[in-house]
Amino acid sequence: MATRQTQGLARLMRAPAIILLFVWMIVPLCMTLYYSFLNYNLLNPGMTSWAGWFNYQYFYTDPAFFEAIRNTLVLVLGVLLITVVGGIAIAMLIDKPIWGQGVVRILVISPFFVMPPVAALIWKNMIMHPSYGVLADVARFLGTSPVDWFAQYPLTSIILIVAWQWLPFATLILLTSLQSLDTEQMEAAEMDGAPAYARFLYLVLPHMARAITVVILIQTIFLLGIYAEILVTTNGGPGTASTNLTFLIYRAARLNFDIGGAAAGGIIAVVLANLIAIFLMRAVGKNLD
Amino acid sequence: MGQITLQGVTKRFGEIEVIPPLDLTIEDGEFVVFVGPSGCGKSTLLRLIAGLEDVSDGRILIDGQDATEASPAKRGLAMVFQSYALYPHMSVRKNIAFPMKMAGVPKAEQDRRIEAAAKALNLTNYLDRRPGQLSGGQRQRVAIGRAIVREPAAFLFDEPLSNLDAALRVGMRLEISELHNRLKTTMIYVTHDQVEAMTMADKIVVLQAGRIEQVGSPLDLYHSPRNVFVAGFIGSPRMNLFGGAAAAEYGAQTIGVRPEHIRISATEGKWRGRVGVSEHLGSDSFFYVEDTGLADTITVRSTGEVDLHHGDTVWLTPDEGKIHRFDKNGDRI
Amino acid sequence: MARATSRKARIGWTVAAWLVALLIFFPILYTIITSLKTEQEAIAGFDLIPSFTLESFQTVQSQNNYFRPFTNSVILAVGSTLLALIVAIPAAWAMAFSPTKRTKDILMWMLSTKMMPAVAVLVPIYLIFLRTGLMDTRIGLTVLLMLINLPIVIWMLYTYFREIPGEILEAARMDGATLRDEILYVLTPMAIPGIASTLLLNIILAWNEAFWTIQLTTTNAAPLSAFIASFSSPQGLFWAKLSAASVMAIAPILVLGWFSQKQLVRGLTFGAVK
Repeated sequence: MATRQTQGLARLMRAPAIILLFVWMIVPLCMTLYYSFLNYNLLNPGMTSWAGWFNYQYFYTDPAFFEAIRNTLVLVLGVLLITVVGGIAIAMLIDKPIWGQGVVRILVISPFFVMPPVAALIWKNMIMHPSYGVLADVARFLGTSPVDWFAQYPLTSIILIVAWQWLPFATLILLTSLQSLDTEQMEAAEMDGAPAYARFLYLVLPHMARAITVVILIQTIFLLGIYAEILVTTNGGPGTASTNLTFLIYRAARLNFDIGGAAAGGIIAVVLANLIAIFLMRAVGKNLD
Repeated sequence: MGQITLQGVTKRFGEIEVIPPLDLTIEDGEFVVFVGPSGCGKSTLLRLIAGLEDVSDGRILIDGQDATEASPAKRGLAMVFQSYALYPHMSVRKNIAFPMKMAGVPKAEQDRRIEAAAKALNLTNYLDRRPGQLSGGQRQRVAIGRAIVREPAAFLFDEPLSNLDAALRVGMRLEISELHNRLKTTMIYVTHDQVEAMTMADKIVVLQAGRIEQVGSPLDLYHSPRNVFVAGFIGSPRMNLFGGAAAAEYGAQTIGVRPEHIRISATEGKWRGRVGVSEHLGSDSFFYVEDTGLADTITVRSTGEVDLHHGDTVWLTPDEGKIHRFDKNGDRI
Repeated sequence: MARATSRKARIGWTVAAWLVALLIFFPILYTIITSLKTEQEAIAGFDLIPSFTLESFQTVQSQNNYFRPFTNSVILAVGSTLLALIVAIPAAWAMAFSPTKRTKDILMWMLSTKMMPAVAVLVPIYLIFLRTGLMDTRIGLTVLLMLINLPIVIWMLYTYFREIPGEILEAARMDGATLRDEILYVLTPMAIPGIASTLLLNIILAWNEAFWTIQLTTTNAAPLSAFIASFSSPQGLFWAKLSAASVMAIAPILVLGWFSQKQLVRGLTFGAVK
């Protein structure tokens, strides 16, 4: 649809964005790769030397690394389970002919706009605090002893907080998808004698399949990088019970000043994220044609 | 003035040649219609003339001047798009004024031309509305108004009526013809609808796969189609085309007879068949005759009311002087 | 809905939906309520009726100099978004209206940069900031946030631009508009709603960014997200004060978010769900 003249201009206008993103992506990534093969500690920068695969081997033999991987997966899968199932249920509820739908939507979407440190602080102090939290009040009201959530169930607590933050996102996207469902199609199914559960199973779910995929993939990308929630609540503990990969790398880099080790961890995180990204890109790419 | 000459104009998209080298001259003041099935390259050809696409080869002359490399704005042509392409954020007045604003026409002159165009197009009461508040026909008129005020060397129309409903389409067809009679400006009009082509054109250019199949006046095309494709494309209902022994009898590979050139009779005639579907419109009757052994169905048009019904055995006789004969390449003999 | 639902069923659904909505909103609501209590009330057990005092807000402001992180948040969020728009509008224009065979690949590649985990480049970015003196500066963080959100900005604008029919821009070209006129008088006015939603969503994302802001600031350039994270240390635990600080940090963006929820879906799914 364009002539040579406009194509020339277009090239000129695309260039800055492409160059910026290219530099931003390639330069740091190459540096990370390079550092990951160095013995390099900021406390002792004079001792920097070539390490070969040592940093990777170190990760591989460190039990904390495997626990971090496990925690990362549990965190991601737990949040996904809660948000997708809850999101479908809530989306279908909001989609019913209810009074005050607009306000309900606003209330449900709100947690998404709460910045992670604030969300974590609210839950840590207002809700889950063993003596002053609302859950403690509820426990006392029921006559049981309050739970010290972050000491007893650190990872579960973090999953709850993160799920609360992402439930609105899932709900909103699934609701958008639900609202694009053809009502005539539903009515036709009803005429065909399909009961409500069958309509859900054979019409609603397949219709939402794409949106569910997108929710899962996008959330996974963000959930792999959960950081502030852990920092504010458990600081990765007790021990490493709530340390995920991101937090482990942060600790190596910023608390132990182990640049080489942190870089090796970063490269591992890239590999992990890429495995998921490939699927996401495919899902999104279909939409381009 | 608005004479447009295409010399060896070629368009390739990558490897694919959509328009093989093509020569055509459009005289000043002519109403030329490019017609052909979808994908025949007629819109691409129009866009090449407009300058919205680069030609891969060849030259485009406008009034003798080489305009091949000129930008669309410099060619002095106005275009009416299929979607009308009105600026949704501007009022009708501003839409019509836009090309004049770009050309730096003085404000008073702009107003004068807008008033004149609005009056001619029945838009005076709508000048302050947005395109979104207008009906399809009104939008179409605004698009035409925007083209008129530029006083272009030629108007280019890209399937302008295809988004209108049938009744409006007939009305707009007449309005555009009227406009041409009044302005006497060159118009190039692209359509896939041969009825539009037949009713509006001074000259029809029939295109297929980027090639010109025939150029001529509507009646030239009707009376002497140069090949099977044009014969089948021009005329409504379609010409009956068939081969075999019936064609061999006339010394041709294929022969064609228009529905209006076949007599239908319950008693006697040349070819025997059976009435399938029949349509009685009052002024005309159409019969779709089956089992003739010539083609699946033969369409026959009779004037007035003819009392034949589904299943009746009938006899068909072609008007011998109106039989079109084509050789094995599909060319007219 | 073509069908009328019985009044009874409607009441049932409404009650259920409101209960769920209030449950989800409760932590925020309770924080707002607590922020209006005195410290004594705040630790006195569950109570939904505060004394409506603004004491805690005043304390946060006077003791912690709330305005500096607030100003930083505004500068970082708005600055990085505007910078991103300046780079992204021409790029999205080019890709939407003058696509080449590679346009799709370029877009996918841009998306892939967003997939890169932040922690993977923590080390080099941290060292670069440390060595170039960008550490704890507004300019460094603004540029960084711009780069982080640039793919989303380009993608959102691209999907909006693609909805503008190319024929309208061609009409402008036929009408004698130069490229400048075309962008100024035709494209931009038509794209304003899309540009506005992009702006809004990215301000929200930048405002809530909490990884880099915590890593790369200490006091000077720390925005609200980093400022609030500092409350996690145990010595500063005053419930009402904490709530007041939280409310101030989230209130502006909560309101912006309510206005942009429709665009949110589109922006965060890269146009895959509309």
